[in-house]
Amino acid sequence: MQKLIEWIDARLPVVDAFERHMSKYYAPKNFNMWYFFGSLSLLVLVNQLLTGIWLTMSYNPSAEGAFASVEYIMRDVEYGWLLRYLHSTGASAFFVVVYLHMFRGLMYGSYRKPRELVWIFGMTIYLALMAEAFMGYLLPWGQMSYWGAQVIVSLFGAIPFVGDDLALWIRGDYLISGITLNRFFALHVVALPIVLLALVVLHLLALHEVGSNNPDGVEIKKVKDENGIPKDGIPFHPYYTVHDLVAVVVFLFIFCVVVFFFPEMNGFFMEKPNFEPANALKTPDHIAPVWYFTPFYAMLRAVTYPLFGVDAKFWGVVVMGGAIAILFVLPWLDRSPVKSIRYKGLISKVALLLFAISFVVLGYLGALPSTPGRTMVAQIMTTVYFAFFILMPWYSKIDKTKPVPERVTG
Amino acid sequence: MKKYLLTLVLACIPMFATASGSGVALDHMKPDLLDNASLQRGAALFTNYCMGCHSMKYARYERVATDLDIPASLYEENLIFTGAKIGELMQIGMSAQEAKGWFGAPPPDLSLEARLRGTDWLYTYLRAFYKDDKRPYGVNNAVFPDVGMPHIFADLQGVCAHKPHFGEPVSFDPLSGIEHSSNGCQEFSAKGSMTPAQYDAAAYDLVNFLAYMGEPSKLDSHRIGTYVLMFLAFMFVFVYLLNREYWKDIH
Repeated sequence: MQKLIEWIDARLPVVDAFERHMSKYYAPKNFNMWYFFGSLSLLVLVNQLLTGIWLTMSYNPSAEGAFASVEYIMRDVEYGWLLRYLHSTGASAFFVVVYLHMFRGLMYGSYRKPRELVWIFGMTIYLALMAEAFMGYLLPWGQMSYWGAQVIVSLFGAIPFVGDDLALWIRGDYLISGITLNRFFALHVVALPIVLLALVVLHLLALHEVGSNNPDGVEIKKVKDENGIPKDGIPFHPYYTVHDLVAVVVFLFIFCVVVFFFPEMNGFFMEKPNFEPANALKTPDHIAPVWYFTPFYAMLRAVTYPLFGVDAKFWGVVVMGGAIAILFVLPWLDRSPVKSIRYKGLISKVALLLFAISFVVLGYLGALPSTPGRTMVAQIMTTVYFAFFILMPWYSKIDKTKPVPERVTG
Repeated sequence: MKKYLLTLVLACIPMFATASGSGVALDHMKPDLLDNASLQRGAALFTNYCMGCHSMKYARYERVATDLDIPASLYEENLIFTGAKIGELMQIGMSAQEAKGWFGAPPPDLSLEARLRGTDWLYTYLRAFYKDDKRPYGVNNAVFPDVGMPHIFADLQGVCAHKPHFGEPVSFDPLSGIEHSSNGCQEFSAKGSMTPAQYDAAAYDLVNFLAYMGEPSKLDSHRIGTYVLMFLAFMFVFVYLLNREYWKDIH
């Protein structure tokens, strides 16, 4: 065994790579449970790739055969139901862990210098993930797949001048059809997974170059011992591999409860209208995106005023896009002298809390049919969401901060 | 500030409370996939009454026979009318084109109806037909107004004279103890061969069968899932101890 490793290592730097990224990658010793969600995202990604490959073996990407082939997987393929539920639950689980992972970054200032690129790669992963999820959702070819895609693609039509042509170009047809299904399938199973994997590699390489942040927001590389090893750092392997293993088992427990007992999650993970085949002539009463898109959907609907002679729908699309785009520039909005929420003042804490509340409330509203009252709440919450970012350069600067310790605090 | 926030939150509650439920009140039924006798009766009802018009084209006869413990030969003899082989999908002979002309819309495939509509809806729907001379088949439905389907169970249930109501609790007269219920059909314009209680039981069996059909893997899923969760709980002890062992020298 040793000889084999030596043989390979003389030709490919496997030992060096393992040391650099695992056994000699020094991570701060004070990670808390918020730090589990990075490795859990990786676990879910692997789950999606593996179950996805096996689903592809029995899936038929055509308007005539898609719905039936999904039921074939559910009924005739050995353990096909399990593969499908792992994949459908995995999609939701992916967004759960990614949202928590992003919130961790917001709390502890993990986007701040020198980790701007880590954040930007992460945000790009999130963007790719949304595209991946959206296209994957069309594939079962149920009513909600169809009409959800119809609504979202038609949003591009709201762009002045080029909109209609753009929507036509995306669909490849005048309405969502088998042509759209085929191209979404290609993008979902080939193009986007490659992009996602590449981005994950970049995210990790960038992270390992600058080192991990921690709940104190202290740079552990500032205090090193005589060997040049950070005094507050511990090797990722074995310490955090065994640590994350505990999280993996707990996560899998919750995940499997859903997969085996509540795969529809009361309509949140699998919407009921999707048990009916897509029908271009029959619009469902209420079209709602899956839960992980609802906050943005609520923002889209919250914009009801036409501006500069352009339709309100277009400004809704702008707001929705802006809500995601603004996250990219976050590293340059935060002017606080400290990174972590632990040492930030009251204004920052309240701002983060309100931001989290606005996101959850918007998510809730986005799943419901709109009423004038709900639209008003959505408008207030959209304002709160944007205020968190737009006012940040100001409030993060004037906010009173607490002194940051030299070393990490347990 | 806190008071203001609280007021705002409280003010929002009624807005969310009305979020769920449009349409009529439904009677509740809880499917029991372990009750094979009920599922078998449901399969028989489905084949005899529904399958003239409604296919189950994603399911196979053989799977139903195996899952419900019906011997294949018995199933073939009594529950396959189309001359199909037992391994085939449960298709029907009626063409969608013709059906559209007869009923206004082709009768939907029912493989996934229980997952689409919910079992409460189906259970109530089957018991909600009533006499309405304005409709082409002389009946209407309280749950699905102006439905194109005739009352296929009229010979079993009879035909209800007035529009029935559902989802109402049973009340008792405090003095006499006599049950008052305005739930379901109160008066029949034509008698059926079953009593209301028998018909409710038949509707239960049929919906139970449809619930099984919507997700035939459910029992497998619960069985395997239990073992998986037990394994994970067991694993947790070891990974927890492993983690503690490694971390005991980190301070």
